[in-house]
Amino acid sequence: MIFGTDVVSILLGGLSAGMVLFIVSVGLSVTMGLMGFVNLAHGAFAMFGGYVIVLAMNRWQVGFALALALGFVVTAVVSAVLERLLYRRLYRAAELDQVLFTIGLVFVFIASITLVIGPENQPLTLPRSLQGQINLGFTSYRTYSIFLIVVGVVIALGLWLGFERTRIGAQIRATVDNRRMAESIGINVDRLFTLTFAFGSGMAALGGGFGAEFLGLDPQYALKYLVYFLIVVAVGGLGQVTGVFYASLLIGVLDFALKLYLPKGGTLFIFALTILLLLWRPQGLFGRSTS
Amino acid sequence: MTTISGAPAQHPAARALIERHRLRLWEPLPWILALACYFAFPNYLGFGAELLVAILFALSLDLALGYAGIITLGHAAFFGAGAYTVGMLAYHGVWTEPITGLILAAAVAAIIGLASGLVLLRTAGLTLLMLTLCTMALLEEAANLAADYTGGFDGLPSLPISPIFGRFEFNPLYSNTQYLYALAVLLICFVFVRTLVYSPFGESLTGIRENMWRMHAVGSPVRARLVTCYTISAAIAGIAGGLWAQVSAYVNLSALGLDRAAAVLIILILGGYGRLYGAFVGAVAYMVLSHFLARFYPTAWQLGLGLLLVVIALFARNGILGIAEAFWRRFGVKRSVS
Repeated sequence: MIFGTDVVSILLGGLSAGMVLFIVSVGLSVTMGLMGFVNLAHGAFAMFGGYVIVLAMNRWQVGFALALALGFVVTAVVSAVLERLLYRRLYRAAELDQVLFTIGLVFVFIASITLVIGPENQPLTLPRSLQGQINLGFTSYRTYSIFLIVVGVVIALGLWLGFERTRIGAQIRATVDNRRMAESIGINVDRLFTLTFAFGSGMAALGGGFGAEFLGLDPQYALKYLVYFLIVVAVGGLGQVTGVFYASLLIGVLDFALKLYLPKGGTLFIFALTILLLLWRPQGLFGRSTS
Repeated sequence: MTTISGAPAQHPAARALIERHRLRLWEPLPWILALACYFAFPNYLGFGAELLVAILFALSLDLALGYAGIITLGHAAFFGAGAYTVGMLAYHGVWTEPITGLILAAAVAAIIGLASGLVLLRTAGLTLLMLTLCTMALLEEAANLAADYTGGFDGLPSLPISPIFGRFEFNPLYSNTQYLYALAVLLICFVFVRTLVYSPFGESLTGIRENMWRMHAVGSPVRARLVTCYTISAAIAGIAGGLWAQVSAYVNLSALGLDRAAAVLIILILGGYGRLYGAFVGAVAYMVLSHFLARFYPTAWQLGLGLLLVVIALFARNGILGIAEAFWRRFGVKRSVS
């Protein structure tokens, strides 16, 4: 049964990586769908949050849960300030200006973190209860991966409920579909933008913290994984929580399996697949056609 | 009452149209400066040749982005294709002649541009951005994997390049030949691009950038024009890449990556896009700053570059040349008033 345990370990490992991908990318998908803003600095927010979380744990001995909460809040506040002061001016600007502005922001983040904290990797030390292996009955696997899968499912469920069942979720969906109509029935779109942006960046911070254990955390993080976040969003469809969820899991498992069986050409395969998929369905695998 | 039918060439609008492609008095200036630098800075000719390559690359992007309005994050794919064409042919001893090497580089890049343009240019916005990025990443991975031919991550060092016309040798220590050769290639390509953007074809590209639906409505073959422009732009980027491989005598993965694509975008935006000379101004500003700043203070350089991009995107969308033009206009108006 070597093959059987292989499949299980690929699924578990890939799912846990996919959950981190989902937690980071969901904010990007919603802000892009909501505001039509090409935010290449989203990975920088994930990195910033990851640094807050890891440094809080390593330097001030804050607990994992508390550090995560701290990372979420700090990143959300910083991104809300940036949104109010800078992003806001570019909502109606051309895509090119948005791309340049956010690339510039990424450089500023990378350079500031290199200057203040240093270029080296910041290791995340997990709390003892999350280290080691856990016995699942049919197999035993890394506790942290199982923890990530559970957390990811809980977050996805929470987001889905918030998106589909609450007032603010309905407002977001209405604004993604038709911004002018939403404004004219009295939805405060400006406030909605800021709230969603801050929340999405906070989620990215959580993802940065969760993923630091196996993605690493150094100043180049913001650019290194950006292509993955963008692929997830493009495949999942803009403004779609469920779409991003399935796309993240798909890419997480695919990447994990390819790295195992095709250690050299795996990335090539994912890029090629993304190109084909986007040519077939430009709105993404789960996105609705805009026309 | 219209006077256009009487004397078409006399109408101010008609005159502006007829005269807009005329050579301005200041236009030989960059070339004179480039030649002057050849004599003034004999120790920096290697850097100068690289600067000229950057100008050519930015010029190719200007054609696609500035004139046709195709927003691409993956233009380094064509630069890399050209560089690897020249590099692989020379390294494996198949073809070392430089001028035909550049033509081959242009052909390979043009084929990739045509093939990818035919499918990519059906899309727009974020999808197009993603597809150009993925195409470049795909080529980069392929170059990394085919290590037997491309040297993989380490690249191909010390390429043997034959002398130009069998006479002028590329000396790795003194870059005199490289500099003049790069300048000549740049001049030829620039004259071609300048002629192209002032031709009816170039006009229709500007029309597509400004209002694609109106161009559809007046019966312009929008997609064919965009694909043609993308292919030409790719070919020139390929020439720039081939030139880079020849003057620096090596190729590595940096020719293909996101870093180079971002750098050329920054150069063009810094100088001002859609105005031909933006590539020159931007490349000089960026390359000189990065050459002297980045070596000693790499982090500060990145921070400054980031801040500069943010400021340009927020306040100065037309780059250095745009700022200069605005100054000029204000100054000129004041003078005529007083």
